Amino acid sequence: MTVTDAARESVESMLEANPTRSHLNPPPSYDLADHPLPTGREEIWRFTPLKRLRGILDGEASAAHLTWETSLPEGVTLTEITAEQAVELGELAPNDRPSALAVARAGGALLLDIPAEAEPDAPVWLKLHGESVDDLVWGQLVIRFGRFSKATVVLEHTGSARYSATTTVVVGDGANANVLSLQDWDDDAVHLGRDAIRVGRDASVRHTAITFGGDVVRLNANVEYDGPGGEAELLGLYFADEGQHLEHRLFADHNQPRTKSHVVYKGALQGQGAHTVWIGNVLIRKIAEGIETYEENRNLVLTDGCHADSVPNLEIETGEIEGAGHASATGRFDDEQLFYLRSRGVSEAESRRLVVHGFFNDLIRKVGVASLEEKLMATVEEELAKNVLKDVTG
Amino acid sequence: MSTLEIKDLHVSVKTEDGPKEILKGVTLTIKDGETHAIMGPNGSGKSTLAYSVAGHPKYDVTSGSVTLDGQDVLAMSVDERARAGLFLAMQYPVEVPGVSVSNFLRTAKTAVDGEAPKLRTWVKDVNKALQDLNLDPTFGQRSVNEGFSGGEKKRHEIAQLELLNPKIAVLDETDSGLDIDALKVVSEGVNRFRSQEGKGVLLITHYTRILRYITPDRVHVFVDGKIADQGGPELADALEAEGYDKYLNKAPA
Ligand SMILES: Nc1ncnc2c1ncn2[C@@H]1O[C@H](COP(=O)(O)OP(=O)(O)OP(=O)(O)O)[C@@H](O)[C@H]1O
Ligand SMILES: [Mg+2]
Repeated sequence: MTVTDAARESVESMLEANPTRSHLNPPPSYDLADHPLPTGREEIWRFTPLKRLRGILDGEASAAHLTWETSLPEGVTLTEITAEQAVELGELAPNDRPSALAVARAGGALLLDIPAEAEPDAPVWLKLHGESVDDLVWGQLVIRFGRFSKATVVLEHTGSARYSATTTVVVGDGANANVLSLQDWDDDAVHLGRDAIRVGRDASVRHTAITFGGDVVRLNANVEYDGPGGEAELLGLYFADEGQHLEHRLFADHNQPRTKSHVVYKGALQGQGAHTVWIGNVLIRKIAEGIETYEENRNLVLTDGCHADSVPNLEIETGEIEGAGHASATGRFDDEQLFYLRSRGVSEAESRRLVVHGFFNDLIRKVGVASLEEKLMATVEEELAKNVLKDVTG
Repeated sequence: MSTLEIKDLHVSVKTEDGPKEILKGVTLTIKDGETHAIMGPNGSGKSTLAYSVAGHPKYDVTSGSVTLDGQDVLAMSVDERARAGLFLAMQYPVEVPGVSVSNFLRTAKTAVDGEAPKLRTWVKDVNKALQDLNLDPTFGQRSVNEGFSGGEKKRHEIAQLELLNPKIAVLDETDSGLDIDALKVVSEGVNRFRSQEGKGVLLITHYTRILRYITPDRVHVFVDGKIADQGGPELADALEAEGYDKYLNKAPA
């Protein structure tokens, strides 16, 4: 698939209207030449184990695909579109090599369409399953929330693959969007994903990334605004085991006045070589007066041999902001908390369990998908059983 | 029957310059159903004694013994001590974000009893315990101690005391930071607890105020990691009038 010049032009004219660029984020472009093969020294690649990406970064087009099992409430449609149509729908141009490759190699995109004013009472559920890590799969998706619609979309990833996908979420004016991406891959999967969100005027969006499985998972969640008054809440929860690399990169681009972004990511790590990366970039452009932003990342290190990187970055080009703050903390179990619980008779293992549940609890409650909350609690439980509970029983 | 026996207890903490001895030989026996008050100036080692009995990992017991009904407390883990019947109401209760009070109380009750409490009576018991301590029932949904005022934290400790109903309660400055109404509410809770058969109380305090509501059987004056004096309730009155000065002056410079 090639992108037409017309499509490129519209992207370029958009960029010209907004010439300020974050030095932390490469400029968007569909042209692969603008996203050369990384060496690993680039700012956006320095934390990622390139070798373990298993050739995705110079991957060719492929016939392999994930199987999609979909549950679409009435009125919601999933259709095939061309890459050109994706651009017309307002797709945000790729800003790294995997997303540019995904567009170039996918051979067409999918459109998940939630009509204007629709308020389906059940979540849209997309279950994507891969058969084998030998399969190289490209994905290009546009999710359109029509004006004043209110809906929840869950993307669930299971099985295994080498999967590189770009998803644009276009949130219409006044819409209320809840998008959740769950990475429950098998141990060997490699997943590079970029969810790019455009928030309409007075619209609100909540995006949640939940990552438990996979060998290497590297996800971007980018937000920008199509008008004033938009609000974005970016949530994330991850649990890295032995040898896993889980990387979450956020970028809130405050390109409109009176917009809000609120980022909360929490992770737990256990086992030799568990590595998590959290990058929280916020850019407040000159015109973005009266905005509010807050970003927070907390990591709980459960065993020796783990490593959590946590880097908040705030670039501010205007002084006229309502509020901007960030917090980042990585720590072990708090001995005082454990002592307090144990002094009430609760065993050490159970106390650790309570503390970890407590750590994730508020976040899980915020997810806003009732059927997922229990599943997430259970998954946290399974993860804990692997390590934290094992080494202290008795 | 419950007897807590502390014999010649020496405790130190690790510091940059090596271990520092804080308790320098404490001997104290709380017999069946007795209430003992420990009074002493700041830094004299009162909390150290409380924490050492409860098994806080920060404190190293270098010699001496602690037994509960003849059982070696020092050989038990922190949670084993609680299950054996010891309870510590802390001077600074710890916040546990994301863990609701009701979940915490149920987990603790299940642990100390060795079985889950009967659901129907348990909910009633929790509500009553909270109510008795003047805590709104909505506290059940809040995270343990998170955002509680100082007074609420202390009242929450006593609500736990009543629900878990141990053999021996060690109360570390439960009275500090309480206004007079809260002090009464807390004292009533402690009195309900100790009015039961055979319950021992070790009440650590800085002030005699709480002893007007909870009359001790014995009063110990704690200075520099040791018991400097002991007597009946009248000793508290003497301390109220004279303060700790005479004990402090006796201590070697
Ligand atoms: N880690 C430490 N390093 C050095 N000294 C310590 C350490 N921990 C405790 N101490 C000292 O131990 C002594 C006893 O402390 P403790 O908290 O038991 O006193 P306390 O009688 O409870 O005082 P308060 O009335 O203020 O509650 C104090 O002098 C304190 O500074
Ligand atoms: Mg103290």
